[in-house]
Amino acid sequence: MELSMNKNPQKPIVPEEDKAVSPWLEAWRSFRKNKLAIIGTSIVLFFIIMAIFAPLIAPSGINDQALDKRLLSPSSEHWFGTDDFGRDIFSRVIFGARISLWVGFLAVMGSLVVGSLLGILAGYYGKWVDTIISRVFDIMLAFPSILLAIAIVAVLGPSLRNALIAIAVINIPNFGRLIRSRVLSVKQEEYIVAARAVGMKNSRILFRHVLPNSMAPIIVQGTLAIATAIIEAAALSFLGLGAEAPNPEWGKMLSDARPLLTQAPWTMFFPGIAIMLTVLGFNLMGDGLRDALDPRMKN
Amino acid sequence: MLAYTIRRILSLIPVLLGLSLIVFFMIRAIPGDPAQIILGQLATKEAVAELTKQLGLDQPWFVQYFTYLGGLFTGDLGESIKTKSAISEEIWPYLAATLELSFCAIAIAIFVGVNAGIISAWYQNSWFDYIAMVLALIGVSMPIFWLGLMEQWVFAINLDWLPTSGREEVRNPISSITNIYMIDTLIQGRFDQLWDVIKHLILPSVALATIPMAIIARITRSSMLEVMRSDYIRTARAKGLRMFWVVYKHSLKNAIIPVLTVIGLQTGLLLGGAILTETVFSWPGMGRYIVDAISARDYPVIQSGILVIAFIFVMINLIVDLLYAAIDPRIKYN
Repeated sequence: MELSMNKNPQKPIVPEEDKAVSPWLEAWRSFRKNKLAIIGTSIVLFFIIMAIFAPLIAPSGINDQALDKRLLSPSSEHWFGTDDFGRDIFSRVIFGARISLWVGFLAVMGSLVVGSLLGILAGYYGKWVDTIISRVFDIMLAFPSILLAIAIVAVLGPSLRNALIAIAVINIPNFGRLIRSRVLSVKQEEYIVAARAVGMKNSRILFRHVLPNSMAPIIVQGTLAIATAIIEAAALSFLGLGAEAPNPEWGKMLSDARPLLTQAPWTMFFPGIAIMLTVLGFNLMGDGLRDALDPRMKN
Repeated sequence: MLAYTIRRILSLIPVLLGLSLIVFFMIRAIPGDPAQIILGQLATKEAVAELTKQLGLDQPWFVQYFTYLGGLFTGDLGESIKTKSAISEEIWPYLAATLELSFCAIAIAIFVGVNAGIISAWYQNSWFDYIAMVLALIGVSMPIFWLGLMEQWVFAINLDWLPTSGREEVRNPISSITNIYMIDTLIQGRFDQLWDVIKHLILPSVALATIPMAIIARITRSSMLEVMRSDYIRTARAKGLRMFWVVYKHSLKNAIIPVLTVIGLQTGLLLGGAILTETVFSWPGMGRYIVDAISARDYPVIQSGILVIAFIFVMINLIVDLLYAAIDPRIKYN
């Protein structure tokens, strides 16, 4: 933070309009100035709108087959070409946004809720509760994450729902650790000591004071985690452990396109670009949020 | 340092026990009767009973766990249901293939990533800096399995410069000694085959290197920028030292610590990424071994494959932790 000299002692350093600005408004002002963050947010909004209005935008359904139109290259009629069942790839990519965004969002919500609860328990109560929870996190983080996801799907059986569960589970320790460390530092603050001194109950302290004061890093981590979750879901589907046919999940579309690589490379271009752009969007947005909300988390 | 090393190694014990416990319970977490699910609905009752006995599922879990743990200590990873051979014997060629691929990938990632980061910091705000950082941003968001497919399409199918998949030329097979083909061909003096091996390695290792490369480049850049602003660098430049030495000798030495952390972390994550890359390039490594075992419901292989990779991951993290202490004397461990 830059400190400027106050040359005119009559005039306050803080400009009038900046007085009593909420931290959220301040964060929004700094976020707005970050060009990359705005690009990222625009990409994310673009895909969200595409997902919501998919039935209106897509020229055909996800499984509308036209066997006389198999493997057509991109044209004015079929912007992204057609696949080996004669299905319009453009329509399938648009509907695929629904699946990827859903899976990313739900998986992250799942890990956020469970991770936060465990993190709060560990950080607030300490002692053996903390030891047990922290050790479990250590063990989970001892697996490369995609490997742990594969193990979970191997046990539950391959399906999109189980892939979602697996992704949610592997991300729990990331949120858990984050919240735990926030709780540990917030716990020392004077207002928490004061709240306890006036006889406030633990649960009330946790949910009224500790959690709201940990929101900024949760939002940042959550946004970046959606990016990872989307890639992980696509990866599991690509390995044949996630979405099943005829689901237009982007990773599944790529795995279907593999044998057609020589014949019809367009079948693999567009789903891949869609994954990359969505993930890029969430990453840029997450980086921007981090800079705006919590400069301490930078690097 | 010695005390720290010992403490660090001791702290691994609960983690390794936890790993073995999770992997052990994997097979027991399968909904329904594991033996029935492995053999399929058409299996006879006798076959199911026999497999239940073979997997030790007829005993109480703690007896099973300690038998399993005892086996692990003697290097017994169990028996594959599909091939009926000991996993500890058949796993090495797969593991060697993965290690060779991962090693090449991390070497590329470090060489390109560190240098790109250094040049970006050196010529901050130049066109090189902008292009490198935009590429790094895209690289971090890249699904590597898609990148692998694109590489195949461009370099193998269209340009025909490199082979599409596999580890060796089928018509010119390599007689394996260590199963790490670069070493094998060198030992045998078969440089024609070494060239083959390298050609097969290029596409998958570049795909696998992309994400770590991008992350290493970003970290190196920011770490170098910080160091290059310090007083001793200004002194080095003021006394007329060539910029090359200022950057590569004086700055890099101090900028490398955070880079090392990331390299360690990325090496571990690479093992996970290898599973995807191997699928794209039909690379006969651990990834293929595990994924094929999943479709064959060969649970002992899945368990052992996952355990072995997780074990290597833990060991890499240990080595990286110990390296910090050795490289940076400012780090004190109490």
